[in-house]
Amino acid sequence: MSAAAIVTRTGPGIRVHASLRRNRRWALITSYAFLVVFAIFFLIPPYYMIVTAFKSDAEVAHMATNPWIIADGVTLDQFRILLTQTDFLIFFRNTVIVTLCVVVITMVVSVLAAFSLGRMRFWGSSILATGIFLTYLVPDTLLFIPLFQIVKAVGLLNSYWGMVLVYPTLTVPFCTWIMIGYFQSIPKELDEAALIDGASHMQMLTKIFIPVALPGIIAATIFAFTVSWAAFVYPMAFLYSADQQVLTVGTVTSLIRGDVYKWGMLMAGALMAAAPPLIIYAFLMDYYIAGLTAGATKG
Amino acid sequence: MAEVALRQVIKRYDDVEAVRGINLDIPNNEFVVLVGPSGCGKSTTLRMIAGLEEVTSGDIFIGGEVVNDLPPKDRDIAMVFQNYALYPHMSAFENMSFGLKLRKFSKDEIRKRVDNAARILDITALLDRKPKALSGGQRQRVAMGRAIVRDPKVFLFDEPLSNLDAKLRVQMRTEIKRVHQMVKTTTVYVTHDQVEAMTLADRVVVMNNGIIEQIATPQELYHQPKTRFVAGFIGSPAMNFMRCHLEANGAGMRVRVSDAISLPVPSSRSARYQALNGKELVFGLRPEHITEPRRSDRDNNCEFSATLDVVEPMGMETMVFFRLDGQEICGRVDPGSAAGPGQPMRLFANMDHMHLIDPQSGEVL
Repeated sequence: MSAAAIVTRTGPGIRVHASLRRNRRWALITSYAFLVVFAIFFLIPPYYMIVTAFKSDAEVAHMATNPWIIADGVTLDQFRILLTQTDFLIFFRNTVIVTLCVVVITMVVSVLAAFSLGRMRFWGSSILATGIFLTYLVPDTLLFIPLFQIVKAVGLLNSYWGMVLVYPTLTVPFCTWIMIGYFQSIPKELDEAALIDGASHMQMLTKIFIPVALPGIIAATIFAFTVSWAAFVYPMAFLYSADQQVLTVGTVTSLIRGDVYKWGMLMAGALMAAAPPLIIYAFLMDYYIAGLTAGATKG
Repeated sequence: MAEVALRQVIKRYDDVEAVRGINLDIPNNEFVVLVGPSGCGKSTTLRMIAGLEEVTSGDIFIGGEVVNDLPPKDRDIAMVFQNYALYPHMSAFENMSFGLKLRKFSKDEIRKRVDNAARILDITALLDRKPKALSGGQRQRVAMGRAIVRDPKVFLFDEPLSNLDAKLRVQMRTEIKRVHQMVKTTTVYVTHDQVEAMTLADRVVVMNNGIIEQIATPQELYHQPKTRFVAGFIGSPAMNFMRCHLEANGAGMRVRVSDAISLPVPSSRSARYQALNGKELVFGLRPEHITEPRRSDRDNNCEFSATLDVVEPMGMETMVFFRLDGQEICGRVDPGSAAGPGQPMRLFANMDHMHLIDPQSGEVL
């Protein structure tokens, strides 16, 4: 803030808050400028994807046309062929099954783990909590080699059920960590009140903690959903037949043959693959309201 | 309803002894307030009665039964917390009925009890609201309602008014007293506010450093404190303490507080203090007993002069601060008679209310 904004001058016509207002206007203009740049930067790829998905193969291949607009008219051919002549629907079904199972497993495990680690203090609980988070820091690009042995040993190689087994190694640590934070932010008097009211630990979890920590649970669910929907390395390494493949790897492997890229279908596939997360985000964001704990205690 | 008793109760956290062997008997229907500075062990004691803290050694009895190993839900107690601890996702009604539901009460019975408690607390119109739609005072009423509906053997209050603003605190204090007069459940109430303690309690338990300094009625505590700590803790502003020694003065005795000032010991106490002649002691006198000379039958021997340092007008009275022998002393005088700061003033010490304290043991003699 400039000195002029602070010093009150007594001379006629000089108003101190005028410069405060000017400062604020500049701050707003700068923020909007940056926001617009960021928005354009991040919206270009999806725009390109949408435009390409509605073009014909001929237009995509024609080098002379402007790639940013649809010149030869909108067509749904890419979607029709993708849905009728490829394994896209199988990939989609497999992904849905894997994702639903992973989200359920993740939430059950991480909510229970976070409740015990975050609220029921026992010997070594804080070290264990840190340890769980550390496992998340090991990247899947390193883990897939040893995991290959494990998946093979349990006979789930080339089966999407193998994904249900390995994805939680990515989702559980992080979700547990998020939930520990949420559970710890709930005032301890709330469980003491529940204990005195006669609740068991399980009742305390289901009737008090889960409803109160709902924003955290939704955040963790979104994370687990995104990770399992978009996982690439594990299905790439562990799945090789089309009937077991998931969207991410399946779309790429079936639509890129050697050096032939079916751009139109790739983009149509990407668009359809991106739709469920978008819908789920839009739906859950309404519930993703922080401040649900407001009113539990003073402050 | 039941009586509560603590026998040689000790609570140790690693090396720190938070509660150091306390004994306490609370008869049925009594309202007992545990009061003391922060860290004195009062909240720990309450939480041990609730079952939220384990007892390191000693026994806690509720209704004649040792409850040391019983979980909180089986002790039949209800607790009101400082920060209310209402369940944020439940309405006031659901908050109040939660404990009854877990105990499998019938719907009709729950309705009846909640309605009754809501009537007592005057929150019938708020039952459908969630905690976040309630003001601080209303939330605390709901928290009290949650305790009342259970009809427990004992009510436990852990500094329930600390989060409220001054005006509301006074209002809720009266409310709590009124509720206790209606439901008459044995109550243990923890506070650091001595005014709350004095106004609410049938008996006050003053704690310090993990031990009980004194258990007495508010009047007794004020007029006959047993230790220097109690004498200094109860009363606002706090009691004045001055180094002194006793001198024989003919048949009577005098308390010498400075080279210039000595005050006569009331004749009724002379015999009791005879043995202390010449000893270094601490003289205690409350500010309200240092006034302007006002009684017609006053004893001129009890008057002295002092130069005022600070004068604080309070409206109905004025606080005057001055130094005697380097020690700051406070008096409460009539606003009309107070001199200005830096000016001398004639003051009167009401020696009928004096205390003599052994500086080593801290005991009032």
